[in-house]
Amino acid sequence: MIRRSSLNLRGAALCAALGAMIGAAAPVSAQNEQFIPMLSYRVGPYAAGGTGFHGGFIDYLDMINKRDGGVNGVKLTWEECETEYKNDRGLECYERLKKKGPTGATMVDPLSTGITYAISDRAPTDKIPVVSLAHGRSDAADGRVFEYVFPLITSYWSQSTAKIKFIGQREGGMDKLKGKKIVNLYHGSAYGKETIPVLDVQAKKYGFVVTHIEVPHPGNEQQSQWLQIRQIKPDWVILRGWGVMNPTALRTAQRVGYPANKILGVWWSGAEEDVLPAGDAAKSYIAASFHPSGAEFPVIKDIMKHVYSGGHKGNMDDSKRIGQQYYNRGLIQGILAVEGIRTAQEKFGKGKPITGEQMKWGLENLNIDEKRLKQIGASGLMSPLRSSCKDHEGGGAVKFMQWDGAKWAVITDWIQPDQSIVRPMVEEAAAKYAKEKGVTPRKC
Amino acid sequence: MFYREAGQFKTTYPADQQILPIRQDRYALGAILVLAFLIIPFAASDYWFTAILIPFLIFALAALGLNILTGYTGQLSLGTAGFMAVGAFAAFNFVLRVPGIPVLVAFVLAGLTAALVGLAFGLPSLRIKGFYLAVATLAAQFFIEWVLIKFGWFSNYNSSGVITAQPIVILGYEFNTPRSKYLLTLCIVALLALAAKNMVRSGTGRAWMAVRDMDIAAEVIGIRIFRVKLLAFAVSSFYCGVAGALWAYAHLGSVEPAAFTLERSFQILFMIIIGGVGSILGSFLGAAFIVLLPILLDRGVHLIPGIPRDLLSNLEFIIFGGLIIFFLAVEPHGLARLWQIGKEKLRLWPFPH
Repeated sequence: MIRRSSLNLRGAALCAALGAMIGAAAPVSAQNEQFIPMLSYRVGPYAAGGTGFHGGFIDYLDMINKRDGGVNGVKLTWEECETEYKNDRGLECYERLKKKGPTGATMVDPLSTGITYAISDRAPTDKIPVVSLAHGRSDAADGRVFEYVFPLITSYWSQSTAKIKFIGQREGGMDKLKGKKIVNLYHGSAYGKETIPVLDVQAKKYGFVVTHIEVPHPGNEQQSQWLQIRQIKPDWVILRGWGVMNPTALRTAQRVGYPANKILGVWWSGAEEDVLPAGDAAKSYIAASFHPSGAEFPVIKDIMKHVYSGGHKGNMDDSKRIGQQYYNRGLIQGILAVEGIRTAQEKFGKGKPITGEQMKWGLENLNIDEKRLKQIGASGLMSPLRSSCKDHEGGGAVKFMQWDGAKWAVITDWIQPDQSIVRPMVEEAAAKYAKEKGVTPRKC
Repeated sequence: MFYREAGQFKTTYPADQQILPIRQDRYALGAILVLAFLIIPFAASDYWFTAILIPFLIFALAALGLNILTGYTGQLSLGTAGFMAVGAFAAFNFVLRVPGIPVLVAFVLAGLTAALVGLAFGLPSLRIKGFYLAVATLAAQFFIEWVLIKFGWFSNYNSSGVITAQPIVILGYEFNTPRSKYLLTLCIVALLALAAKNMVRSGTGRAWMAVRDMDIAAEVIGIRIFRVKLLAFAVSSFYCGVAGALWAYAHLGSVEPAAFTLERSFQILFMIIIGGVGSILGSFLGAAFIVLLPILLDRGVHLIPGIPRDLLSNLEFIIFGGLIIFFLAVEPHGLARLWQIGKEKLRLWPFPH
């Protein structure tokens, strides 16, 4: 008897699973809509980044819908899919969502270097632009080879040159870099490794010594790495961390007695979530960013007005995080997506949904100058950007900020990257990729 | 009533030795093969190929490999993902560095490379057993990952250590559509599964099982433990290596060593625990459970309205964990054993006594 009842239970579970599968058929969508898939991650070790970034992204799209009724009357729609920051799950999400909406997916930003790599192979076939906003792969800035990949705003390699420039400023001139010792403490992943070649090139050019030290994923134990750093006694430590690795690095640095104001974080190491858990160990730590924190920008005020007021609820559960690093970064992604759609609509027909291929044209012809930024309400939030068929990056400037124990204080103006170093490396790496994959670069 | 072997007499030795002695089973397997080879390729969408079927088949292959080692030979291994990584990177390097090499040959060589590495890491199994061996294979997992990240040669000096799989061209035909990649994967997996089934039915498999059940007794009856254990490591790693190569070539298209972390090894270990330790069918069932259930859940929880997205994502984890406990509580020997019990019941249905 007991045996049989458990069999029935099993049957019930199976039925439930099957029901879920059948029920998940796509809903019918209206025609005048522009669909954007959201490959987000809200669980796992990197959830802080995923929730903030996609929160900002979605809130901006939501605001455009509510304030302007969409882009020239075309309503923006989206659907989230949980990737857990895993490549295979990300790929599943991409495949699931790529054909949704009347014109298919407009663009996709998985906010993961690994997933970006996995889907950028498919993007040309599916004709869906992959925007890897300020993350890998840097060599995709060469739009001739990577037609459908856009490392917009700035890439890791650009950032790295800006960082060395900043160190040069601090040391009193680029010639003072000679003989200095810099440690590159990196996350043991594709993301972490990406700046090693560009640092090596710069080390040769400026005569400093760079030591690359890897922290295995996820990086919640770094005692041996920091003991090694203490032996090297570097002038600067570049922290190329992600997620839990960042506060751990700051705390361990304090324990071995390395000053925080000589640690220079990349932008994925410089969010509030990275420093707050480290407590006072994070004080005076410096990080790069391509946008400041803060909620005083008119665009965020618009979001508060249209999305969060009057009983409405935006995407963020914790509204205190609005205006923080990840949120503002997602906001910028939202601005770029909407500007891309707008630009494409101007060419291919206003008030009509565009295809991924047309979106590619839009993203290639972005021209967001100071005037446009002011109209958007994002002056000072991001640097002006101008992309082209050849240059899929479009900007590259970086600011540096210092943590004062409570908030990020911007300590420099926009620092331009050294394109004379970056561009040849981009072209070389892109050419190698083209050869490995048998891609013929297009003419620009 | 329908599932009954009464009246099926075996009159020849081959009939007695065939893989599936019951006629209904043969028909069922035939139907599954027809479905997989002839119907699915025309019925399924690209989404099904790329997001569900291909990863399922590849994971089943890796689970099969681990099952040979852990399920049949009793050697607990945590290095599965490491051996997959060896396969993926070896295939990449063979295609890159040996001009004109056929891709299938590269896959076989990748499997053999993984087998060699597996042999090396299988050596400790001659002295240590059980959980201690698991720790030794854990070393393999970390060592392989470290080597692939540390030495740029393996990834052809890619700046981020990512390899991008070259196009698969066999006899001038390029496997570039999801359907063709699915068929390629299916052929390889079906062939290797058949080989595995026959291996475990033959003297080799019986030697493996003898070692698993009691190695001293096995030695006493004349089985050379040294050779048998190492053979299991080699064969298992070969399967994992081919699975890794397929993961890179037929599924993701580009992989980094971080795609083959310890987490992946555990995932495959869970597949065989849930599917059935020491069962070919169990490898497939376990892979289906671990790969497909999270996707189903993700689609399922979507339908519940009014719950914030981040809660849904966590809910998915909770349900998944709950289901694992449920199935293990109902049948600790895995889904394959459940299937077997189901078959026993079917024989008596509808008149259980």
